[in-house]
Amino acid sequence: MKAALTPRLNASLRRIVALAIKELLAILKDRKSRIVLIGPPLLQLIIFGYAATFDLNDIPVAVYNEDPSAASRELVARVSGSPHFHLQANIEHDAQIAPLIDNKKALMVLHLGPNFSADLAHGGSSKAQVIIDGRNSNTALLVLGYLRNIITDYNIDWAQRHGRAKPLATLQVRPWFNSNLVSRWFVVPGIIGLLTLVITTIVTALSVAREREAGTFDQLLVTPMRPFEILIGKAFPGILIGILEGSFILLMAVYWFEVPLRGSLGALYVGMFLFVMAAVGIGLMISSLAVTQQQGMLGAFLFIVPAVILSGFATPISNMPEVIQYLTYIDPLRYFLVIIRGVFLEGDSYAILLNYYWPMALIALVTLAMAGWLFRRRMN
Amino acid sequence: MSTPALFFDGVSKSFNSGKTSVTALDGVTISALPGKVTGLIGPDGAGKTTLMRLAVGLLLPDNGNIQALGIDVLEAPLQVQSSVGYMPQRFGLYEDLSVQENLDLYADLQGVGHEQRQARYEELLQMTALGPFTDRLAGRLSGGMKQKLGLACTLIKIPRLLLLDEPTVGVDPISRRELWAIIDRLVKQEQLSVLVSTAYLNEAERCDEVVLLNEGRRLGQGSPKSYSEPMRGRTFHLSSTRLDKRRLQTQLSAIPGIIDAVIDGEKVRVVTRKAQLPDISDLVADGDTAINGPSKLDDLQIEPVEPSFEDAFIATLKVDTPSVADWFAPRDGAALEAGPIIEVVNAQRRFGDFYAVRDISFKVKQGEIFGLLGANGAGKSTMFRMLCGLLPASAGQLTVAGHDLRRAAADARSRLGYMAQRFSLYVDLSVAQNLNFFASAYGLGRKQRKQRIEWAMAAFELTAYAATNSGDLPLGYKQRLAMAAALLHEPDILFLDEPTSGVDPLARREFWQRINGLAASGVTILVTTHFMDEANYCDRLVIMAEGEVLAEGTPTQMKAGFRSAALPSPTMEDAFIGLIENRQKNKPGVAA
Repeated sequence: MKAALTPRLNASLRRIVALAIKELLAILKDRKSRIVLIGPPLLQLIIFGYAATFDLNDIPVAVYNEDPSAASRELVARVSGSPHFHLQANIEHDAQIAPLIDNKKALMVLHLGPNFSADLAHGGSSKAQVIIDGRNSNTALLVLGYLRNIITDYNIDWAQRHGRAKPLATLQVRPWFNSNLVSRWFVVPGIIGLLTLVITTIVTALSVAREREAGTFDQLLVTPMRPFEILIGKAFPGILIGILEGSFILLMAVYWFEVPLRGSLGALYVGMFLFVMAAVGIGLMISSLAVTQQQGMLGAFLFIVPAVILSGFATPISNMPEVIQYLTYIDPLRYFLVIIRGVFLEGDSYAILLNYYWPMALIALVTLAMAGWLFRRRMN
Repeated sequence: MSTPALFFDGVSKSFNSGKTSVTALDGVTISALPGKVTGLIGPDGAGKTTLMRLAVGLLLPDNGNIQALGIDVLEAPLQVQSSVGYMPQRFGLYEDLSVQENLDLYADLQGVGHEQRQARYEELLQMTALGPFTDRLAGRLSGGMKQKLGLACTLIKIPRLLLLDEPTVGVDPISRRELWAIIDRLVKQEQLSVLVSTAYLNEAERCDEVVLLNEGRRLGQGSPKSYSEPMRGRTFHLSSTRLDKRRLQTQLSAIPGIIDAVIDGEKVRVVTRKAQLPDISDLVADGDTAINGPSKLDDLQIEPVEPSFEDAFIATLKVDTPSVADWFAPRDGAALEAGPIIEVVNAQRRFGDFYAVRDISFKVKQGEIFGLLGANGAGKSTMFRMLCGLLPASAGQLTVAGHDLRRAAADARSRLGYMAQRFSLYVDLSVAQNLNFFASAYGLGRKQRKQRIEWAMAAFELTAYAATNSGDLPLGYKQRLAMAAALLHEPDILFLDEPTSGVDPLARREFWQRINGLAASGVTILVTTHFMDEANYCDRLVIMAEGEVLAEGTPTQMKAGFRSAALPSPTMEDAFIGLIENRQKNKPGVAA
């Protein structure tokens, strides 16, 4: 039995290896596909790494201070001195407020009335008015948050200096995992998943279509290669390129963007491997359906865009409608993002991540099997 | 003498591609006579298309003057374009528009008034026989019909000079003949001047004048007769009962003084360098040379034949005969098997309700060159794909090299080689990498792989190109590489799908010489082709029409059926067209 099987297996392996080498050569020797592999990922890494941040800095603010006193000046100084705010203008009457906000000269106007310090001195509480540009609700809430922190600190300090009763309950905030709440720590590890997905899917989605267009696919089909051998040979370059691409961004994240890598690298790579397998499976499914490279490309983007949105890369999954949340379970990026962020920031290891490994393995298994089936069906 | 319809005076044009500059035309001086058909003939890359594009002002020459209809093309390109009709190789038909809509569109583009249109449409539709198909989408027409529609669109506004760039390429013989009939009529009835380029040498004889172009230079201009007459006395048919035609051809090609030797039916057609047959007394007969020693060939029949334009073409351009005589040694144990190596019994292939192949049976013996011929849409490609295992049959039994294709397709595939029309090579991979991949894909071991690749490099003279990307190879070398790749695993059967489409006559000869060598060594060849003269190279062939076998037999048998007083020596093309026409006549209940 063994003697009869081994030569067949050997021949089969040899064919698979030959195809895998050919695929790699074809991708790497073509200048255009080389550029696709290196250019867009680098560009996206820089764009996402620097531009995609949830933090707001140097928010333009205007101050309308009707109360020339030490107390009001201190509050204004705290605002303009914060790294989040930038004092754009001091205004002197009501009519100036609207044009500033309308023209986006200022995102926020802080108004202190003429009785601000007097009210404080009389032991009462005094009011400060804030006018915020609410066109982008998310930004408005962030601005308000920053200002609240400043006011709270101001209140506590004032109370201490003037021997007043302290506020009854104050918040002591200690953010875990990301103590300075730097959003880049959250975004950059996500890019590893995002770009690995894009590159792997595209490389595999185009691989069969490219041969169909060039007419070499028939040539391949008349060799003794069996469909599953073609499938494995075509999957291999996708896996290799996906993992190399992922590793490159990983290095950039750690050494360039200085995001702390706290957990086990092995745990991360187990996840990456399973994730890439799932992406390859989906890419090959697209590939077996696409007749032209254009269709392959379109198919890849039809998958990638929703996959990124549903993954929780930018918006939390728990905010999505329930039906959509169920849909996220078939998105491999969803699981991989948890794994990367877990390993980077929480220092997770294998045991904790087990529940995120197996769904990706399942997705990979199903998509690869589907791709094989479609492949054979397309051939007949 | 009247002014020529088209006049080129010392025209040069070169293109820059990357760092290299390619000279497409080099000081070409030609003229096309008014009211005549001028043929433009030359191998691929001779500069035919560049010449056409220069003539209508789509390109600017580096040097020289061009006049069309007496107008300087450089000074007044718009004036030229409005009175010249140009049909490029791929005419811009809108495939999603119907025949009528395409005609309307081109009438609008050419500014033909609505009053004149209707009469012109009727004329054109009648001439092209497209009348019944005005509602059909252009994309769903056959290749020949598309070309005719393209021609009709070019002719809506009657031009005075018509430029046709390879209008008959990839078109089956019947449509080709129809296209030529249209051109002849135009010249006669409307006094059009026509310049037509073609890759089919036998079409040269339909022209009044022929310009021969090679590598951007004009080699000659004159009537077809002026080319073939000097060849008189230099063309012969040779045959012998004691020597297989292929071996005879191989031996003849090796004789100095013989420029060209091709198989023509059961005979070998020879073109000599001088006006007499060189010394051929060394020819050796077939048979038991081991026992009796080589015996002289004593029953050689020699008869002079009419020279053709092709002879002149070959004699002018062929530099030396590549010696490919022993390039493929007979294989060990290649004893001829008694049974057929390919057997097709009642094969059928359905696509929905449409039968592409219905009930076809034939057998191919080992070592035969077997041809599969048919017009576009006759089902020969479907049949071919089924035999390669690319398409399963809907019904019937297909056996290739002893393997049932339905059950052991992969085993059958390991015994066949396949070469497609477009030379399916990986363009970004070098010659060596391509060979390496195909050797491994066929499961050759390391040692065997090395040995076979060495063989391929030597036999196909590819060594100099080993590191060149296959996409950058000259066409002839692409073809060699594709053939080498298909032969690495020493297949029993070689499938060739229109292997010479778009290849010039010289490369085609070399290719067939190799195929002959292969067949002589016991490899079975199955080939589809559009070139009717290539059908002559086959031992046996089937002609298909509408998914059925129309005729089966040797080329000689097929031609014999069409011999008549009017046609004493019918060509394969005559036989092919005759067969199809007979079928149409005999078909009951179908209106013409």
